[in-house]
Amino acid sequence: MYVAVKGGEKAIENAHSLLAEERRGDTSIPELTIAQIKAQMTLAVDRVMTEGSLYDRDLAALAIKQARGDLVEAIFLLRAFRTTLPRFATSEPIDTGAMHARRRISATYKDLPGGQVLGPTFDYTHRLLDFSLMDEGNETEAAQDMSCEPGEPMPRVTSFLNHEGLIQQDPPGDDDAEVADLTRSPLDFPAGRDARLQNLARGDEGFLLALGYSTQRGYGNNHPFAGEIRMGEVEVEIVPEDLGFPVVIGEITVTECELVNQFKGSATEPPQFTRGYGLTFGHGERKAMAMALVDRSLRCQELGEEIAGPAQDEEFVLYHSDNVEASGFVQHLKLPHYVDFQGELEMVRNLRTEQEQMQFKKAGE
Amino acid sequence: MSQAQTSSQTLEGYNFAYLDEQTKRMIRRAILKAVAVPGYQVPFGSREMPLPYGWGTGGIQVTAGVIGADDTLKVIDQGADDTTNAVSIRRFFARTTGVNTTERTAEATIIQTRHRIPEYPLSEGQILVYQVPIPEPLRWLEARETETRKMHALEEYGVMHVKLYEDIARFGRIATSYDYPVLVNDRYMMAPSPIPKFDNPKMNDMPALQLFGAGREKRIYAIPPYTKVESLDFDDHPFEIQSWDESCALCAAEDSYLDEVVMDDQGGRMFVCSDTDYCQQRRDQGHVGSMGASQAAE
Repeated sequence: MYVAVKGGEKAIENAHSLLAEERRGDTSIPELTIAQIKAQMTLAVDRVMTEGSLYDRDLAALAIKQARGDLVEAIFLLRAFRTTLPRFATSEPIDTGAMHARRRISATYKDLPGGQVLGPTFDYTHRLLDFSLMDEGNETEAAQDMSCEPGEPMPRVTSFLNHEGLIQQDPPGDDDAEVADLTRSPLDFPAGRDARLQNLARGDEGFLLALGYSTQRGYGNNHPFAGEIRMGEVEVEIVPEDLGFPVVIGEITVTECELVNQFKGSATEPPQFTRGYGLTFGHGERKAMAMALVDRSLRCQELGEEIAGPAQDEEFVLYHSDNVEASGFVQHLKLPHYVDFQGELEMVRNLRTEQEQMQFKKAGE
Repeated sequence: MSQAQTSSQTLEGYNFAYLDEQTKRMIRRAILKAVAVPGYQVPFGSREMPLPYGWGTGGIQVTAGVIGADDTLKVIDQGADDTTNAVSIRRFFARTTGVNTTERTAEATIIQTRHRIPEYPLSEGQILVYQVPIPEPLRWLEARETETRKMHALEEYGVMHVKLYEDIARFGRIATSYDYPVLVNDRYMMAPSPIPKFDNPKMNDMPALQLFGAGREKRIYAIPPYTKVESLDFDDHPFEIQSWDESCALCAAEDSYLDEVVMDDQGGRMFVCSDTDYCQQRRDQGHVGSMGASQAAE
């Protein structure tokens, strides 16, 4: 006999217990610690902080543990926590020129002031599974620190081009202007570059990677060069109201990518190079480069270029980049839809009956 | 479980109804604007909630904006109080506000709903909060928000009429069974959220306040009490609602929206009220459907 689906509450509680059990896994194996995740899953932590819009390695590690390693779920956890935090200040713009760079490469110059610093990179590793890592207790040899000396100038590549006027100048920012914040006010079009860069920085790495890639394959080609990629530590400053001058509140690791793109010029602008900009928390090179490609693509309208690919379509890109939004809406299909489906059932049955009657009538004629 | 229940424990360390007071003020301002311009979608600074987008974050924020300590909350999904997401949302508010919750439509001061309007007529002083996935009725005809906003501003709704006309030309009827577009107060075209068109007439002239929240799309809209809400149609193809040959197998109701329940793999099925509270009330009053007696006997 039919019994209405009762006891939802109990079912949910049970599901949560099962989830906790699955997360813990085999109890004969020691539990994963936050310190381990923080120290050894650093790139996962970096991604969760970047797309979660919150620089906190401990909380990001906690989110990864709680999410059983599902990074999009971890990003969601971090975001939901972030909403509850009070805002007590807006930081000064970080100065990546003063970065203590642990990695800095340019593909446009063979050598340059400050030098090329490879740093910790997967590049040039042969992707061979290292079976020695199957066992614990592998001690790695201490590597030579090749990072730049603190205080040693490492000018940005784009500034060399700037001397010659070959690269488009970014319009000077208004220091007093409020910075757009998509977590406080809804997206509006056309979006300012600040809102756009915030959207892309929070955007899903996979989505941006695919879009950036599509521009390289001809869907809105923008001829990029990796002008410069740098990763390292920068200081974060705020200006407390009662002091009136900036004080350093901490240090964060960021990855910055400046792409240099060809621009043929327009009626008002001479031929020159233009910039695409990407920035992530931690070490997020793939994301920073993808972001820079998409940022440059989205400047097509401002530069009077033809819109030929999805990566150039502002509404399309900015509305679909957020993986917390996308993941929620895609997965909401799991919720019951039987009321709507009943409506569709009735509709399809009626349409079929009518069609049969029509065919019957035609056959009779 | 039809009696109003008070939750004993509220969540520590969080504000009443989860959101901070400034955020609730921002939401209330958006609601006031929405009430002042019936059917107009007001952009608002939708927050990231601890529940996923697409699972009622808009409705939850609207409810959080209007709920007070003396409110009684009912949450339904597909008309039922016991569907898992309704349970989850009801529990969220029970934990963050400690308000009374109920399954009885008449007892509730706020009803948050997904996909249905209760069968029992709502009255003045009640608020019906809809969870909305896609607030834009023109979205399937025009993907761009910049365009659809212009179309609303210019009251340029011809494209929807063309769509409905094409349905009639092809199928002999309007082939939309849920989220059937309406015109509010003779001005704004509005998506009623994916309620079955069966529920559309209940929106017209409703004594209760109707609020719509779309969290992911960051929009709030409203229908004030006693406002004209018309389902789009043509003179020669008037708007019609769904009807069934069957009545509810449990309570014999002939006037309610019925869900089809598959009984076996031989095509056996039964029809029951989608509104579980309505069905229960009727059974309590002694109405018995064709299969209701056997259940009572169990």
